[in-house]
Amino acid sequence: MSWLFYYFIFPGLLFSIIMGLLLSWVDRKTSARLQWRVGPPWYQGFLDILKLSGKETILPESAGWVFLAVPYLGFLSLGLASAIIGSSIFFPGASFLGDIIVVVYVLTMPAIALIIGASSSGNPLAAVGASREMKLALAYELPFLLSVIAVVVRSGISIRLNQVLGHQALYGSNIFSYSGALAFICAIFCIQAKIGLPPFDISEAEQEIMAGVLIEYSGLPLAIFKLTKAMLLYTMPLFLTVLFLGGDVGPAMVALKVAGIVLLLVLIKNTNPRLRIDQALKFFWGPVTLLSLASLVLAVIGL
Amino acid sequence: MNLKLKALAKSLWVFHVSVGSCNNCDIEILDCLTPRFDVERFGILLAGSVRHADVLLITGAMNRKAVVRMKKIYQQAPKPCLVVACGTCACSQHMFRDSYNVREPLDKILPVDVYIPGCPPKPEAIISGITKAAAKLKGRR
Repeated sequence: MSWLFYYFIFPGLLFSIIMGLLLSWVDRKTSARLQWRVGPPWYQGFLDILKLSGKETILPESAGWVFLAVPYLGFLSLGLASAIIGSSIFFPGASFLGDIIVVVYVLTMPAIALIIGASSSGNPLAAVGASREMKLALAYELPFLLSVIAVVVRSGISIRLNQVLGHQALYGSNIFSYSGALAFICAIFCIQAKIGLPPFDISEAEQEIMAGVLIEYSGLPLAIFKLTKAMLLYTMPLFLTVLFLGGDVGPAMVALKVAGIVLLLVLIKNTNPRLRIDQALKFFWGPVTLLSLASLVLAVIGL
Repeated sequence: MNLKLKALAKSLWVFHVSVGSCNNCDIEILDCLTPRFDVERFGILLAGSVRHADVLLITGAMNRKAVVRMKKIYQQAPKPCLVVACGTCACSQHMFRDSYNVREPLDKILPVDVYIPGCPPKPEAIISGITKAAAKLKGRR
């Protein structure tokens, strides 16, 4: 029964929803303070979700059950990812062989859910958004995988989160080595695009394609998509913490490190304008892939 | 339902519809987002799509071409949805009262909840109008 508890309550769905909504407030508040504004109160994320769940859900004429079902695909699989990552920190016994591979695959599901949902809505602007999201996913997955592999190589070719953490507890955090630092920089760019924050919010560009992939969503499905995005803001920094900053994983230190990574993402978000999709593709397949390849080579050499 | 209405009053997402205004009202609406006024304090955001809207903020006099489209936009918005007429043109046709092109005022076409007069209204007036709309929402059970 304990896996039910892991999945639904503690490191899984419920916990990541709460943490994600709080971190989305951190994001909005920090952005507001950077622009000399006051910003929303700390419970604003919860209010937004509650409000959206009470609104009418409109089903476009050309959309079917896929349109309504697909938000839950991203939401539930993200819950699984945060359960696996969280339990590797809080319940070391629950880690299993190959969980890094599972997490990497499951973390692509929110993007896939967005693509399917947008395509099924039948809106031309949503189709533009879906094609952009697809290209962006192709762009960031390669360097992200390469930087994860660099970490795997550094911790003695182990694909268990538990052993990655154990290696870092013995030899110090991965980020304090050359290969780890390079891979961390690449991974920060990749998760910026994975979460869909500016400068990589190309698929949701509010000014040009009016919320793009989400344009036809209203009510509860929109609330689920917003929740997924908030949970990404917790799950991705937690994954990076495990991979790169795993030297000391007491609860307070983990919270501090996750908050630090979120702060870094928010700073990047507020100081960069949105890229075009071709610029993003060039950026990820050019310098970022080269950097992550370099980090992989350094990791193989042992630096 | 009551709890959800309360949440709605504190997180209004505004969809801004300009039905042929002179852009002065639109500039004042954008002013509300600036550091000096900052409507995000009250959870108010500008939404990109009508499907995300809780408030339709309408500026400009309803000309004949806009009437059809405005009705369509109102049908596309998920309910409960408030309609706010912003600026004197939207409230009472202003100087276009006897124009050949503007036949009926906005409130003959849509159920308007709050009127914000002014040409253009000050950002303070717009914020006060939106908060009045929120208060009205709380009163409506």
